[in-house]
Amino acid sequence: MEESHIEKGECQNKLEVAPALISVHPSQKSVAVTVGSDLRVFDLIENCPITLVDESEGPAHKDSIRAIRHGASGKLFVSAGDDKLVKIWSADSWRCLNTVCSEKRVTAVAISSDDSYVCYADKFGVVWVVELDGINEGKVLPAKKGASLLSHYCSIITRLDFSPDGRYIVSADRDFKIRVTVFPKKPLEGAHEIQSFCLGHTEFLTCIAFVWNPELTQGYLMSGSGDSTVRLWDITCGSLLDTCDVSTMVGDLESSESEPPSQVTVTDICTIPNSSLAAAAIQSFQGIVLLSCDLSAHTLSITKVIKIPGESFIPTSISVSKFLWMVSGASNLPGSNHPGVSRVRVISTETCSVLEDEQIPGGTKLLKHLQGKVRVEESVMSAAAEAVREAMSSLLMKKQYSDEKREFRKRTRNDKKTTL
Amino acid sequence: MESETKATFSKSTGLPRKRFYRARAHSNPLSDSHFPIPTSPAHVDFSLHFPKFVEADGKTSKKVEFADIGCGFGGLLISLATLFPETLMIGMELRDKVTEYVKERILALRRTSSEGQYENISVVRTNSMKYIPNYFEKGQLSKMFFLFPDPHFKEKNYRRRVISNHLLDEYAFVLRAGGIIYTITDVEELGEWMKSCLEKHPMFEPLTQEELDSDPVVELLCSATEEGQKVARNGGQTFRAVFRRIAYAS
Repeated sequence: MEESHIEKGECQNKLEVAPALISVHPSQKSVAVTVGSDLRVFDLIENCPITLVDESEGPAHKDSIRAIRHGASGKLFVSAGDDKLVKIWSADSWRCLNTVCSEKRVTAVAISSDDSYVCYADKFGVVWVVELDGINEGKVLPAKKGASLLSHYCSIITRLDFSPDGRYIVSADRDFKIRVTVFPKKPLEGAHEIQSFCLGHTEFLTCIAFVWNPELTQGYLMSGSGDSTVRLWDITCGSLLDTCDVSTMVGDLESSESEPPSQVTVTDICTIPNSSLAAAAIQSFQGIVLLSCDLSAHTLSITKVIKIPGESFIPTSISVSKFLWMVSGASNLPGSNHPGVSRVRVISTETCSVLEDEQIPGGTKLLKHLQGKVRVEESVMSAAAEAVREAMSSLLMKKQYSDEKREFRKRTRNDKKTTL
Repeated sequence: MESETKATFSKSTGLPRKRFYRARAHSNPLSDSHFPIPTSPAHVDFSLHFPKFVEADGKTSKKVEFADIGCGFGGLLISLATLFPETLMIGMELRDKVTEYVKERILALRRTSSEGQYENISVVRTNSMKYIPNYFEKGQLSKMFFLFPDPHFKEKNYRRRVISNHLLDEYAFVLRAGGIIYTITDVEELGEWMKSCLEKHPMFEPLTQEELDSDPVVELLCSATEEGQKVARNGGQTFRAVFRRIAYAS
């Protein structure tokens, strides 16, 4: 205990590195990028930067944003993070409609498919729910407090999502666990009925995404983890349908490197609409792995690997609508005079090719707004990727101590003294 | 034979002696666990725990049905073992020394029993507040016991209490409809807390007085456990809450 306290104390002195995040509007009206406490949005219809208007009671983001998301309907957008604020925005007017103050730092957010509830998870494993009565008319609501919905016992919840049919809320945590809970009719009274637990991962969960089609609205769940696998689940019974190991893929590709890493972290997954494909971003891999999911045979396999040529670009967050949008970057980089750095790249989902900066929707105007500048130096990019990797493992991996060290720290404990 | 070589065993009864298993009174349920945790219930190998119930395929013929959460020195398990000889039950305890003691105690009881008793009980070291779903499937259990849990008086530490609104969701998941949850404590404040958590939860209902009177397990809550005996010795009061898991559709 003592030692971990000291280590935590040290971490708090220097600012924590937060990865850059990206979220694109479901019908590609706009795209949002966060770096640290900065939320930048670009209008893809009008082809211009958007100025955010915040008249809600409550302060603006002043610490790293850890989760952003567009609602499935495209009307709402939510941002939340280390400053314990959850901000709900209109995705049309980009006015802040409500600011919810959380007691703890927020790690994940989700919007119900009918836009009537926002759920957010805190660093202590509690999921909270806020009712959005009348927010659909674009009204600014008085400051609200969340009601506790469910809890993972003292574990960081890394992702939160509603099932496509809205029946379940799914929460993934650092203790290798995915919990599927029936989303109740009266969520403010708590969600008590657990449908299943999806257990099989052997490291922390990092991302979840539903694969679904119009016939199969309930859908299947894909999850990515620090154990270098993506897994496919049937959430009604929690059974593991297939496991796809991505570490070998990455190892083979980087044949010039010495030893391929034994374990890689899947940092983000998103499913491509109207297809059985999903894109996965993998830590320390310069590109995207496309996974194909056969919902009748219950299999998951790698279909294509898209390498990003040239510069060092390792996606930290990805989002999809007509195109696959990727961002790489971080805030609070140690030992650098860059407060935050981000680089946006786009892949066409039809041709699976990486677009040049001039070809992307919004062009260099978009890049200038979302990146802060058109060109980003490569050395900074690789430093950012490394910093994000380190920050993620120190946040989510269990600290390992040698047996001797652990015994040494227990030396004064009563039960260790011998009475013989 | 074996017991003679171990100095920590009583020569007369062949049972392990408690004084050689000096335990801490508390263990922090919030800290990261460094003992092995099964990936899922399918990964738990109960054949090593219940060798007499193993069939030809190497698996146990039944599934565990009773769980004593925070079993302490195992007094309740040992009483239940003979009351329900055909039911598999497991104790879960976080403190390693205590788990070790219970393990030795059960093995010694199995050795000394002339009628082949105590083959249906065992113990695991785990943090049941974190890992209950890693051990049991949905609706696997028919009884769960929470006897004399840590009271955690400070408000700051309420979240360390083993009964809470949110943890009851997980207990309701592993308990089948009709399954029973037994709680007892000698701390009035905690007794009230556990009762109110259970009353508020939509998936539990209290047992009637007749049901309590006819359930042979209820009286064991006090008499069989080490903590219960201590309370009785000191003439203390106990506070009990026994609830049934009901079928539920939200």
